[in-house]
Amino acid sequence: MGKRKGVESSIALADSAAMCRIEAIAAYPITPQTHIVEHLSEWVNDGHLEAEFVPVESEHSAMSAALGMSAVGARTFTATSSQGLALMHEILFIAPAMRLPVVMAVANRSLSGPISIWNDHSDIMTDRDIGWVQIFAENGQECFDLVPACFRVAEDKRVVLPTILNFDGFVVSHMIEPIEFWTQEQFDAYLPPFDPQIKLDVRKPVAMGAVGIPEIYYEARLAQQNALLNAKAVVVEAFAELEKMVGRKYNLVETYKADDADAILYLMGSLSETAMTAVDNLRKQGKKVGLVRPRLWRPFPTEELVAAFGNVPVVGVCDRALAFGHEHHMVAQEIRALFYDAPHRPKLVEFVIGLGGRDVTIGDMEHILNRLLEVKNGAPVGPVEYVGVRK
Amino acid sequence: MADPTLQDYKNDVPNAWCPGCGNFGILQVLQKALVTLGLPPERVLLCSGIGQAPKIVHYLNCNAFDGLHGREVASAQAAKIVADDLTVIIHSGDGGAYGEGGNHFLHAMRRNVDVTHVVHDNHIYGLTKGQASPTTDQGQKVAVHPDGVAALPMNPLALAISQSCPFVAQSLSSQADHLLDVLCQAIRHPGFSYVNVLQPCVSWDPVHTYAYYQKHCYRLDTSHDPTDQAAALAVALAHDGRIPLGVLYRNDRPALRPVSEPGVGDLRECPDRPARLARVFDRYR
Ligand SMILES: Cc1ncc(C[n+]2csc(CCOP(=O)(O)OP(=O)(O)O)c2C)c(N)n1
Ligand SMILES: [Mg+2]
Repeated sequence: MGKRKGVESSIALADSAAMCRIEAIAAYPITPQTHIVEHLSEWVNDGHLEAEFVPVESEHSAMSAALGMSAVGARTFTATSSQGLALMHEILFIAPAMRLPVVMAVANRSLSGPISIWNDHSDIMTDRDIGWVQIFAENGQECFDLVPACFRVAEDKRVVLPTILNFDGFVVSHMIEPIEFWTQEQFDAYLPPFDPQIKLDVRKPVAMGAVGIPEIYYEARLAQQNALLNAKAVVVEAFAELEKMVGRKYNLVETYKADDADAILYLMGSLSETAMTAVDNLRKQGKKVGLVRPRLWRPFPTEELVAAFGNVPVVGVCDRALAFGHEHHMVAQEIRALFYDAPHRPKLVEFVIGLGGRDVTIGDMEHILNRLLEVKNGAPVGPVEYVGVRK
Repeated sequence: MADPTLQDYKNDVPNAWCPGCGNFGILQVLQKALVTLGLPPERVLLCSGIGQAPKIVHYLNCNAFDGLHGREVASAQAAKIVADDLTVIIHSGDGGAYGEGGNHFLHAMRRNVDVTHVVHDNHIYGLTKGQASPTTDQGQKVAVHPDGVAALPMNPLALAISQSCPFVAQSLSSQADHLLDVLCQAIRHPGFSYVNVLQPCVSWDPVHTYAYYQKHCYRLDTSHDPTDQAAALAVALAHDGRIPLGVLYRNDRPALRPVSEPGVGDLRECPDRPARLARVFDRYR
């Protein structure tokens, strides 16, 4: 077993990336991601990591540089947040189209305006459909464990797609936690060296970035869609191997006391830890509530989610960003769509919580879970509830 | 109407700069300059982005447009093009102006809209806690560059002069009299005027301190002819360890006029304004 250390999650995440023997880093500072790239720059400077560190003048350049380095065959890592991710937007689509398996950590943060540096999911909801594999980490240990899993999936010859590791800004990124580190030998055993299928190589020239005339564009995009959908099986494998290596089990869909529940809450990111405490509190009162969260978000684990919800009569959904102009927000839209074809269709109660760093307490979570039980007992579902908003 | 006073420009927004920050000096002088020029707050628009410097627009009482990191120059020019009765002043950090928004700076100099661009140049990303900016010295050890910055710093003064930027000046946040004079000239200049204000960062830059600037700065005197572009460029490129303060370069290129169409004049007063505005914007696509 590796050593447990008290470390800030961002630092552990950076250490994990370094121990994946990344060869290229391009990044630009933005709160609350900055500690990751600062720490990686120290790895490189101290001579402990043989990597090119390219400091750039914007995130647009960071992602462009990352693609350039990945294209020549380097294992490439970057990290960003919020406006930085938004500024990368147009290049984000190029990575999967060129099949460049960059790994990026995204410290989830709200978008302007109003100007805000605090945590919610506005940034990543906006970049949901970019064609990257997307995974969520809910605490520091998961940040550390899942970086090598991301590289393993991204670089697998059956996938070859860029991968994002999402984790909550500040509440996870800046938290100091006891984290069990893997040994370098474990990293090396888990993650083979990057062996790109194609790369820019003087001995074997290729042209990347072809034009997709109307006769070919459609097929090219569909091929990308299929590649992403097929990545699911590889993620399952990567998680299974990870469990063998370090004993921690990761699932495409994580559940907590959901099996016999009368009501299940579905949420994403680190709020699950608050929600688990609330579930425990209600269970002590004999109330049967549980949780379901996606670990893998893209490709979307449809079957696993349907199985996780089972025959539960009521499901609550927490959104942490707004889908402006639609009365159902993004996470709710996904879960509504999920149940359209499902054999069993529960009542769906929608909540928005924690926008722009608004505190979410155990009390808020208990309120939400109790609301679900009221609906179970016949109360009307009602419109989306904006929990914690000042009237 | 009574002449504007300093009191008109005061507000009570809590200030979040570090004690001793050069931004305080710039804020005081800016308020003084606006009063000196007789500009009432409702006629002044301050545009900024994200950073310690851009926060300045919240700390005085007038119109403000605080957008995204590095984008302030684009929004400011457009506002001025459509609302010519505003005096538009842009406040950027060196990171925003020369890095993230460097492209906007280049094209603003070409386009020559009558706005003033004040860059608070502390040689560092202040807000994000001390990473290198495009003006950090080569070799200086800062966050993300623990072994020293490898790249050459940008020389924005030389760049601006070489691009025939209509007004190019440099001042120092701690020399209030000098800064006031330069700012007033810049705001009065009819065209894109650019002022690089050197500013110590007391938290993240131990090199460019008040004492450092006191030692290395000198004021351009009457022997310098700011209409002589080659002479101005020579000053900006001197590389003699001395830092020039004053108006380095100035020309009288006509500024881009407010939005108008042949035969129509001021678009703000014409009846089918949206359609005509759309045509004007089409020209820039
Ligand atoms: C697109 C984007 N990337 C990164 C950031 C994070 N960020 C905010 S201010 C800043 C740099 C600040 O430096 P500078 O412009 O010199 O202003 P200063 O704080 O030094 O006054 C950065 C990188 C951001 N807000 N938006
Ligand atoms: Mg700065």
